[in-house]
Amino acid sequence: MKIGLFIPCYIDQFYPAVGVASLELLEKLGCDVSFPLNQTCCGQPMANSGFEAMSKGCDKNFVNNFKGFDYIVAPSGSCVLHIKEHLHDEDNPKAADEIRSRVYELTEFLVDILKVTSLQASFPFKVGLHTSCHGQRGLHLASMSELVAPAFSKPETLLNMVKGIEVTRPKRVDECCGFGGTFCVFEEAVSVKMGKDRIGEHQDNDVEYITGVDTSCLMHLEGILKRQGSKIKTIHIAEILNSQL
Amino acid sequence: MSSQANFTHAEAAEQFIADEPRTDWHDDTLWFVREKRDKAAHSLPEWEQLRQWASDIKYHGLSNMHQLLVDFEKNAIANGIQVHWAVDGKEHNEIIYKIIQDNQVQRIVKSKSMLTEECHLNEFLTEKGVEIVDTDLGERIVQFRKETPSHIVLPAIHLKKQDVSETFHEHLGTEKGNNDPQYLTEAARGHLRDKFIASELAITGVNFAVAETGGFVVCTNEGNADMGAHAAKIHIACMGFEKIIPKAEHLGVFLRLLARSATGQPITTYSSHFSKPRAGQQMHIVIVDNGRSRQLGRESFRNSLKCIRCAACFNTCPVYRRSGGHSYHTAVAGPIGSILNPNLDMQANKDLPFASTLCGSCSNVCPVKINIHEQLYLWRQEITKEGMAAKGKTFAMWGMSEVLAHPAIYRMAGKMGRWVVKHLPFLTNNGMNPWFKQREMPEAPKESFRDWYLNNKQK
Amino acid sequence: MSARETILAGIMANQPLSQKLPVVRVNEMIQYEDLVSQFKIILEAIGGACLEVKDHEELDTILQELIKEKQVVLNAINPSQTLVRQLQTDSLESLASIDMAIINGSLAVAESGAVWVSEEQMILRILPFITEQLVLVVDRKNMVSNMGQAYQQIDFSEIGFGAFIAGPSKTADIEQSLVIGAHGPKKSMVILVG
Repeated sequence: MKIGLFIPCYIDQFYPAVGVASLELLEKLGCDVSFPLNQTCCGQPMANSGFEAMSKGCDKNFVNNFKGFDYIVAPSGSCVLHIKEHLHDEDNPKAADEIRSRVYELTEFLVDILKVTSLQASFPFKVGLHTSCHGQRGLHLASMSELVAPAFSKPETLLNMVKGIEVTRPKRVDECCGFGGTFCVFEEAVSVKMGKDRIGEHQDNDVEYITGVDTSCLMHLEGILKRQGSKIKTIHIAEILNSQL
Repeated sequence: MSSQANFTHAEAAEQFIADEPRTDWHDDTLWFVREKRDKAAHSLPEWEQLRQWASDIKYHGLSNMHQLLVDFEKNAIANGIQVHWAVDGKEHNEIIYKIIQDNQVQRIVKSKSMLTEECHLNEFLTEKGVEIVDTDLGERIVQFRKETPSHIVLPAIHLKKQDVSETFHEHLGTEKGNNDPQYLTEAARGHLRDKFIASELAITGVNFAVAETGGFVVCTNEGNADMGAHAAKIHIACMGFEKIIPKAEHLGVFLRLLARSATGQPITTYSSHFSKPRAGQQMHIVIVDNGRSRQLGRESFRNSLKCIRCAACFNTCPVYRRSGGHSYHTAVAGPIGSILNPNLDMQANKDLPFASTLCGSCSNVCPVKINIHEQLYLWRQEITKEGMAAKGKTFAMWGMSEVLAHPAIYRMAGKMGRWVVKHLPFLTNNGMNPWFKQREMPEAPKESFRDWYLNNKQK
Repeated sequence: MSARETILAGIMANQPLSQKLPVVRVNEMIQYEDLVSQFKIILEAIGGACLEVKDHEELDTILQELIKEKQVVLNAINPSQTLVRQLQTDSLESLASIDMAIINGSLAVAESGAVWVSEEQMILRILPFITEQLVLVVDRKNMVSNMGQAYQQIDFSEIGFGAFIAGPSKTADIEQSLVIGAHGPKKSMVILVG
């Protein structure tokens, strides 16, 4: 089983530790992982801003990097959803189709494909789980509060395998944090207000960390937390699942 | 019909949020309505099946619209109803004005109809010197204040009771400083009873029009549509053509969804089924297109015409709750408004599809399963294709896409001081950057993941 | 082209390929074992009241009790007996003075607390809306679980006007504070007979 590790551009440049944790975690679980060196970005920043047509070059590059893998795994629900829904390559349609059906968000891959039931991880802290929208409502990583359907959460299932952790949920269990790609600058006021409100609910739970499957959401929350001078830290779920005492 | 607002959603939202306690109140109050909706939905094990049926019935309706409208018209006429057709808002308003003139009536009451808001009927009639009294309590409040509804189900949700108290003191002579909702509602009841009793003509909206019976259903909690329609000698019901459903039995699906989705009630207090005028009464129906047939032809967006105007998408939308309805500068605000209004006027409403994080909650609460957040994404593409994006944004996106399409350039740019910091639009660290206004920047690490990988993993 | 022709032509040109109607399976909708208690719970939750009486004799006794001290009562069930004062039914001012209207309903829906009332039962269309208090009388055997079943029982070919009425009129347009008694009745009661 050959796995291509897809590390979204902003993780590559800003949060390399998330990439390292993802890679180490997958290798610990016995996977054969490689990181295609010419990858850049999934194209979502352009597409969500209405410039889908401009993301063709990105798409082509993505297909060149990731064709031929059994699975493509990324520590980002949002980028994975974008690939799943929007990756096309006129020169190589079959490869693009295959990639779309083989791309997985990390926790989804751990639960659904590797069927992980235990982890050698330890993280003795109180952690608030932020449910990122694209992973949840797009990739169905967790049940959605709007729907009348059985409750589940793949990220939470994995977190509960971590020794010493105490996982809490905010009162509004799956409200958006307000990042929203370029929304966070074009609608700055609403974006920040949404982030502050999410943080407020985690504060009410006295958490030490806020975690989630999307670094983009966490980066936004981290920016607000730091400005507030808060002691609460953000951490990507891969780093918790890969943590050891 | 829509006119260019002199502000964008983002600008108006920033103003709204400047009053943070009020924003919190608005957010909490609407979230509470969302929670009531959840509770109501969870009381029915068949909820998701109901949504699917409703969605499918509506799609059948859209795909047979021509026949259903012809049938509806035939049956309505046989029932003694006069049927009118209006291509746009202007024709709709003129039809109503003509009925008013032909019958020489002056005293007119209107219950809530988002269509008449869409067509700007009140302004039109006021210009003609005709006074029209809105009888829904929330609509009466905003009418006194010369405002527009900020929410299609809760028109005055942007106001606090102090605001209402001041307005009623000024217009109805209520006690100054008495903010008791019970007292204020009583005052409005008395005032509007007089209007009902004196009224000669009543205008209502339509929640559902049934092709098979030629009748229509109007739902209210207050009873104002009924008080108006049964008191006046002329009743005009206005509907967008998409209100058509094939059969009366389908009401057994829609009425189960509508109030639960809107407010969490099992049903509205009154679900009134009008088929024939009462003896001596004139009953008119105005069927309006106003861009709907164009939307029907847009494959990506036609499902927006399934909307039953429950406003569940408003109440769940984290952006709507924190920006208020007026920030959308259109009659129908919220997520559904953001996919309907670009069809009416793309240039004037080009900001609206961007007033969303695409979180997807709207699509999940929608009782007719409109893929609202996907349509928001698609409208963004349309707006950009039409060249309506800001020039600077286009140029930045073009530069970014070029770099991201070429790995070598991307890496070189990355090395030259973390290219992403400068070019991902949300990460540019300078005084002009909205990110930095209320958020710190992420700290740039020593090396990228790729560098780490080359140093540590690559043999 | 007339507006009608323009609109219909536009629709014809733009409507998608016909998709079949789904089959709505009413038997998959929620069913309650105890219709009366479900109906009561819901009706009370929406501000209404529910009484059970065993027969028409008991109903008469209850109605006599209810109309005590009322000035103007219109009993649409039995106009000759309990009309307290002559009303000018053609005068809205006069109708607006009605303290209580007593009207038959043909169907009660357990899931929503709603009662179906047709035009014939109302006598006047405006009656159930203009009265200060509304009493709806329904035969206990005419109860259904859900709205799907309710619509199976209504024949629209015969009806000029009819309404589902669920509790008293209400509004929450001021700060979402619930106020009972908007434009219609401030009190609403359903009496189940049998």
